[in-house]
Formats: sequence, C-alpha cells, structure tokens
Amino acid sequence: MSDKGALPNSRLPLEGVLVLEFCQYLSGPSAGLRLADLGARVIKIENPGKGDLCRILPIKNQWVGENSLLFHTINRNKESYTANLKSPEELAEILELIRQTDVVMHNFRPGVMEKLGLGYEKLKGLNPKLVYAEISGYGSQGPWVKKPGQDLLLQAMTGLMYASGDQHDPPVPFGLAIGDILCGAQVVQGILAALVNRNRSGKGAKIELSLFESLLDFQFELLTTHFAGGQKPLRTKAQNAHPLLGAPYGIYATRDGHMAIAMVPLKVLEEALGCEGLGRFTQEMIFTHRDEIKKLLADYLISDNTGFWLTKMREKGLWAMDVKHWKALKQEAGYQHMKLEQKVRLPDGQAILTNRCPIRIDGNRLGSDRPAPALGIDSEKIRKEFNLFKAST
Amino acid sequence: MSLLKDILVIDFSQFLSGPSASLRLADLGARVIKVEKPETGDICRQLYVSEVKVAGESTIFHTINRNKESFTADLKNEADKARVRQLIASADVVMHNFRPGVMDRLGFSYEAVKAIRPEIIYAEISGYGEDGPWKDLPGQDLLLQALTGLPYLNGESDKAPTPMGVSVVDILAGTHLTQGILAALYRRDQNGEGGMVQVSMLESAMDFQFEVFTTFLNDGEELPQRSRTNHAHAYVAAPYGVYATADGYLALAMGNIQTLKELLVCPELGEFTDPEEWFDRRDEIKSILAGHLESKSTANWLGILEPADIWCARVLDFDSMRTEEGYRVLEMEMMVKTTKGHELRTTRCPIRVNGQLLNSPQGAPFLGEHNDAITQEFGLK
Repeated sequence: MSDKGALPNSRLPLEGVLVLEFCQYLSGPSAGLRLADLGARVIKIENPGKGDLCRILPIKNQWVGENSLLFHTINRNKESYTANLKSPEELAEILELIRQTDVVMHNFRPGVMEKLGLGYEKLKGLNPKLVYAEISGYGSQGPWVKKPGQDLLLQAMTGLMYASGDQHDPPVPFGLAIGDILCGAQVVQGILAALVNRNRSGKGAKIELSLFESLLDFQFELLTTHFAGGQKPLRTKAQNAHPLLGAPYGIYATRDGHMAIAMVPLKVLEEALGCEGLGRFTQEMIFTHRDEIKKLLADYLISDNTGFWLTKMREKGLWAMDVKHWKALKQEAGYQHMKLEQKVRLPDGQAILTNRCPIRIDGNRLGSDRPAPALGIDSEKIRKEFNLFKAST
Repeated sequence: MSLLKDILVIDFSQFLSGPSASLRLADLGARVIKVEKPETGDICRQLYVSEVKVAGESTIFHTINRNKESFTADLKNEADKARVRQLIASADVVMHNFRPGVMDRLGFSYEAVKAIRPEIIYAEISGYGEDGPWKDLPGQDLLLQALTGLPYLNGESDKAPTPMGVSVVDILAGTHLTQGILAALYRRDQNGEGGMVQVSMLESAMDFQFEVFTTFLNDGEELPQRSRTNHAHAYVAAPYGVYATADGYLALAMGNIQTLKELLVCPELGEFTDPEEWFDRRDEIKSILAGHLESKSTANWLGILEPADIWCARVLDFDSMRTEEGYRVLEMEMMVKTTKGHELRTTRCPIRVNGQLLNSPQGAPFLGEHNDAITQEFGLK
C-alpha cells in the first residue's frame, strides 16, 4: 500500500519481527494489528474449539462468512495457529515456537499463563531475548485481580465517567472502548521500547500494562489538578467539553446544527460574532463565570446557522468547527485527501472497507488488504516452517 | 530499567499531543530536550486550567513536561539556529507539532535535518495532514472531535452531540507518534537507516473509531444511533449502560437478559427471550432495568451480580477511587520536584518493565534551565 512519490526507504520498520498473540477481544488484538501494520509477522495462537471469542461477537449482526466483521476489523493481516495448550504434545510445539519468536503477548487474567506453563520466568529460560507483554484489567495483585477486565467497568472505576456530559447528568461513559484501545496502544509502546533495548543489550524484557493504569494515565491532567487542588473535576452546567477548561470551550446548538468552539479570548469572540456582553467578562472570569458565559453564548448562537457563524469565526482565524456526522465527513475533500480507508480482500473474492493504520512511515501509508485468518488456517504451514514436529515427538 | 537509555530526543513540540509523546519516551529512558522560544517557551506554560500553579506556571505544563530538559533558541536567529543544528547532530529523534510548512520555513524540514544527521528519526504531528484542503486549520482537540463524528457516540439520543471530556485526540496522536518513533528506532538499529514518522490528529481520531467506523462503511452507511436511555455504546445491546441505584450508580456491561431477570428478580424482563431483541429493543429493556435498579443500593446489586459473574461495577469518582485498596496497590501516584524545590503529586508512566515501576522524581524544567549545561556538554558555539 505504498504511495507513488514516497521516499525510497520503504522497508517496513518491524520487518523480521515475529509476534505470538495469545489474545482475545480488543486490547491485545488491537496491539497485534498495529505491530502487523508496522511490518511484524503476527500469529494468533488460538484454542482449537472456538478461537478468539471475538470471532463470534458481531456488532449490528454483521458477519463475514463464519466470523464477525468486528473480528476481521481487528485481526486483518495476521495468521492463525491453533493449539490445545493443555495437551503436553501441543504445548511442547508452542514452546518450540516461543523459543524462536521475538514477542509473546497475552491478555488472559493474571495467573492463567503461569498455570499453562507459559509464565515469563519459564519462557525467559527458554528464550532470553524474548519480549513478553501482558495485559490485565487491574494489575497482577490486589482485591480486583479476578474482576473482569471489561472496558465499561474500568471506565466506571477510574472516575472517567465524570469528565463528559454536563454537571447534572449522571456519569457519562465514553461511547468507545477507550480503556482497551489505550492499553493496547501502550503495550505496543512497551514492546517496541523493549525491542529497541534488545538491539543493544541482547536481552529481552517483560512488559506489563493494565486497563486501569492506562485509564489513569489517560486522565493525568485531571488527576494531577485534582491532587494539587483537592477538588473534583467539575463539569459545566451546559456545553461541557472538558472539566478543566474555561468558557467558551464547548459544543453549541445553532439554528441548523451544532458547532464546536475551542479556546477563544472573549473580547475577540464578541467582535467576531457580534455577541454583545461577552466582552464584559475578563479573561480571569472564563473559569469563575464559565456557566454564565456559556449560557450567554448558547442563547445567542441558536439564532443563526452554523455556516454563518463559522464564516465569521474562520475569517478571524478563530478555533471553531461544525459538528459533523460520518456521512458528511466522508463527503469532504479534506477527508478524501487523506485516504483513510483501505480494502480488505476476502477469500471469496469480495472486499470490505476498513480503516488503515494511522501512522505513516517515510511518506507511506501503512495497511494491508490481507484478511483475518480462518481459525487454525496456518497451523500446518507454521508447524513445518519452524520444525515444530520435532518438539512433540 | 531504562529501555531507551542513550536515546536523545530533540522536541520542538508544544501543548499536549507532541509533549505527551516525549513524556512517554522520557519515562522509558530517553533523554528529552525541549527546544523552546525565549521569553515565552511552550505556550502550555501559561495555559492555566485552575488557580493552582507551580512556580507561577500552569500545573498542566508541569504534568506533561516532567522529566525533560529545556533549551531556549530563537529559531529566527541564525546563531541560535546554528546551535540547534549542532545539537541535532547528536540526536536520535527530532519531533515537532508545528503547523505544516513552519519547520520548512525555519530550516528544519526532514531533508534539512537529515543532511545534518542522516540516521535521524524525524517525527511530526499535524492536525489534518501536511497537505490537502485542511492543512491550515487549527489542530485542536475539540475541533477534531467535532469533525470526526465522535460527539455522536456519547450521551443519550435526545442530548446534543456530546464530546469526550478528555483531550482524547491529542493523547492518541501522541501515542501513535511514539509507536512510530520506536518502530523506526528499531529499524535504524537493524539497518542503519533513519526515517520519517507522520501522524495527524485526523488519522488518530478515525483510527480510534475503527471498529464502529468499519461497521458504518459496510452496512450501507447507517449512522450510529445512541440509546434513548442509559446510553453507553451505540453498537452494543442492553443492558450495556450506567444505572442509578438508591445511593449511586452501577455500570452493567454485556449480559444475558434472562439471567438478569432471575438474579435481579425483575419479571418485566421476561418477554425479552430473543437475544436479537436485546439490541433492537434495548431502550425498552434499559428503561425497565433503570426503574428496577433505582430501588436498592449499589452494594445490594453488586452482592447479587458479582458472585454470579455478571460484568458490573460501582461507578467511582476520584475521591472514592483513591480510597480503594485496588487503586492503592497500583501505586500510580508519585511526587516530582523541580530544581527549585516545588513539589507536585502526579501519575507515573503506566508501563511496568521487568516488574519495576517507571517512577521519575524529576520535575518539569524552567524555561532555558539547561541552556548552559547543554551548551557546555555538546560544545555548542
């Protein structure tokens, strides 16, 4: 998927890196997807019965053959190897594969890999250069170790639900699996840093992340402010968009839609919009009087269309944007210019559309049209390629 | 455990997206030198979000820039530019988040930097890409949320589009930039070649939505529908949501409605036997559940649901979270100190390496704090 006119150095950065993914659902597999798009070879190690349970978890009942579209979205560009990890012979084959790999990652609950004989201490003995990465919900100790590491629960427990929505709303969750996504992304960071280190030291490392720690890190600005001031983050009465930021920061209804306004000095905003009264609030008052300011602005902006206001704001270079849904976004030349979508070719000749990798390397957009693997489809090939038969006999 | 020991990062970035990326690199062991404009520096230094300040500067700045050094240079002054070029000659990574074209005009484009240091990793964050019709629009978090449809995923269907109350696009763009930088560093160690890493907030905001956006792309472009009540995810069936109880709130993730009917003793759920209805009729189911759950305490419901392995949790705020043993064992808080002795409690890097926490007590630098030391160490003229 390379561009014409890209820079000549087009070797993918992780070419030659082998990753074994003992993961299900989203957090671990999203990390595997990123590593694959960056050039690594990613093999999913799956249970022979059902495999990654995401295979049978559809959203909006969308299926691609026997697997959910969701599974294809998260697992394109990977291989699948099935093994019953409770069978000594099959475990011996896996251990041989691990001996030859660069990275092992898993998102089982704490203790499961150890019980299977696949804990870090043991694997390190087998392969001292191994980078071993582990994702949990709540860390490997403490009272919540056995609690399910599910995204909504983590959002609930980390205070995140008090960041969005308005002051009198109940707790408002993010409508996406933010904990899974962040944790997966940070696992990639940890794995890559460990690989960089291995280039110099010759030694592997163990990387650990939890959804809980990822969501606390995500809120580092809110938490640090909370620690310093002792006050809880307070959402504004209306138009809240960030508990720490003063007026006018928020999304406002207009006559025909909605518009986002970021940080804009009030005096400048008054002049640009002709909204009299804004200028009587000094810049210090954007925090102390933010509800009043937002109300004044909200009552004013409803009187005309988004396009009208936006033109006035843009003329002065002020930070504003109309709120778009995906259909409107897709029509925009600015969106199309970025070529954010890619095709995945299915074995039956059909294709699905999905997002490409957000990172560009040497001017090349990354991605792959290779579909997600059928369960166990690469087992025999991998067994031969890595001489795993020897290990089991 | 410093995985990135001896990696030198020269960071021209400001605000949150770039600086959050270099903070991660610093915590992983890299040395990060912020190149800042004399007098004002990173504008984030003056971006106050509360009355609490650290030495007259924004607490937020000190949160994002701990564990870094500061070197001031006027990038419009030839002598200063020469010094920055000398610094780059020893660097592994150069990164910035200026608007497209600015670094070129200042004489620090990738080509120019590569001429000084051929194996450099050059990394940049833009709002909307380096070219195209939106390249000059401001790359600001809320604007990117508004543009990419994110506010239509949160809040109930009768609410205005509801933005996510954390600068999520900045943070994700910074996260993706770090991934690209580290991958490129790995390649450089393998084959000796540097590279260029580019991320835009637009790409990061769309990647964040990849699961649901892919659904949209393949279902005839139906727009997401938020639940009318107890909304938590536009694409997930009941009971997924947050429910008021007699004394607080309870989050309920995926679960079997008939099992819930039995456990909660809620016979009104009896008619919803077909799992497909749990999505199609989720508003009805959620309304019934909401009416039922508000009658008793959160502890009461957890006492019934948790032993039955139903995915549920009490909704906590920062104060209640911090009293929990499960929070304390993670040791997520740490103290940092500036060289002038100002202390700040903040959160550590979330990654553990070989079982160790990556704590760093070094506070954020004052503007130009390391000018002399860096000048001397690198023999800058």
